[in-house]
Amino acid sequence: MELPVINDEQIEILLSDLLEQYGYDFTGYSRASLKRRIIRLYALDKALSFAEFRYQVNNDPGYFKRFVEQITVNVTEMFRDPQFFKALREIVLPKLGTYPFIRIWLAGCSTGEEAYSISIVLKELNLLHKSLIYATDLNPAVLEKAAQGMFALGQMKQYSENYIAAGGIMDFSTYYSANYSLAKFDEELKSKIIFSTHNLVSDHSFNEFQLILCRNVLIYFDRDLQNNVLELFDQSLEDLGYLALGTKETIEFSGINKKYKRLPANKIWRKISS
Amino acid sequence: MRKCEAFIIGGSAGSLDVLLKVLPDIRPDISFPIIIVIHRKHGADSLLPDLLSSRTKLIVKEVDEKEKIVAGTIYVAPSDYHLLVEMDRTFSLDYSEKVNYSRPAIDVTFQTAAEAYKNKLVCLLLSGSNADGVKGLKTVKAWGGEAVIQDPESAQVAYMPEQAKKHVEIDRILRIEDVAEFINLLR
Repeated sequence: MELPVINDEQIEILLSDLLEQYGYDFTGYSRASLKRRIIRLYALDKALSFAEFRYQVNNDPGYFKRFVEQITVNVTEMFRDPQFFKALREIVLPKLGTYPFIRIWLAGCSTGEEAYSISIVLKELNLLHKSLIYATDLNPAVLEKAAQGMFALGQMKQYSENYIAAGGIMDFSTYYSANYSLAKFDEELKSKIIFSTHNLVSDHSFNEFQLILCRNVLIYFDRDLQNNVLELFDQSLEDLGYLALGTKETIEFSGINKKYKRLPANKIWRKISS
Repeated sequence: MRKCEAFIIGGSAGSLDVLLKVLPDIRPDISFPIIIVIHRKHGADSLLPDLLSSRTKLIVKEVDEKEKIVAGTIYVAPSDYHLLVEMDRTFSLDYSEKVNYSRPAIDVTFQTAAEAYKNKLVCLLLSGSNADGVKGLKTVKAWGGEAVIQDPESAQVAYMPEQAKKHVEIDRILRIEDVAEFINLLR
């Protein structure tokens, strides 16, 4: 990319098409990243002109699906930020373990690596049997992949290191079986995960949770949309429940901040009053 | 001389030494922000801003997402995120695929800033062993900004500035000892 092949005005046209045609609202997304990904897709698919590109998005549902998949970021890993998972294991989940039943919402779960990571920690704390993880994403294609529970075998060395740094106590390889180039994770880990579509921009609260995780999703939203989504989380979180965000994300600017107290050294907040 | 509203430094292997040499000599009343994107291993998060901070009176901070870019501040890209500049001159972060095997990638910051600052941007590419930053400098030039490189002969690893020299019309080539003065003369 030297000078971009799609200009800002054309980006806005595409975004309003998506909203009108499919009801997907990306207008609250941060533009620099979104634009970069649209231009990347345009180049990747060797579109001949903006008009042709736009026509395809608007008229070919298959291509629309690809478009949404490609402009949203679905990069994730197991036990990413081991310090976070250590805090989850040592502080948050033991507290929630005193409840008869634990409901967890993982918002923006992408291809599921984090859902399985949480499941592993719950199992090791002997809490999995009384937990339920709602793992949601706006993108049906990544949820299909998540439900398969198969990840690249080549990643397992890194994931195992993360797992150990996060306080893992087992041999990580006991959780999966190798199948050609894939690691297939135990069915038991999946038994308490419900994968489902949910769009943080347009869908409402659907349950009450004791723990909501949404890590590295808000970075793609502008401040207004971030605020709306944090309100949604607040409505969906029980008193004394926990909200976990990505390492560079915060609730400090938002209206819900005063109801929450942050755990030291982590991007985890506890709801102290409703 | 052009007006400078943002100065971005990209570097990889061998660039930290340059920064540590240059920072003490940058005057504390510069009228633009300095944004630093260097490749580093994930995990050593807060160490780099602290290290750089010890060499300058300017405020050095790791970027927070959606932060407004303010003159007279040195910003450091967080490890393991791409650093993007929005048109309204705020930062955003992005955890998408690595670019040039790197996250943060210098190209991503150069390219997004190029459009936000147009001819009021100056980018400097330092020592390094891959070609990250080269495409970014091309974009900077296309939007009217200025492309500067460390003299490959003075670089610990010459590949990165050499690639830039080969593929981009470079405005200035600086030896390490001339970098601070170059920055101090920008207005």
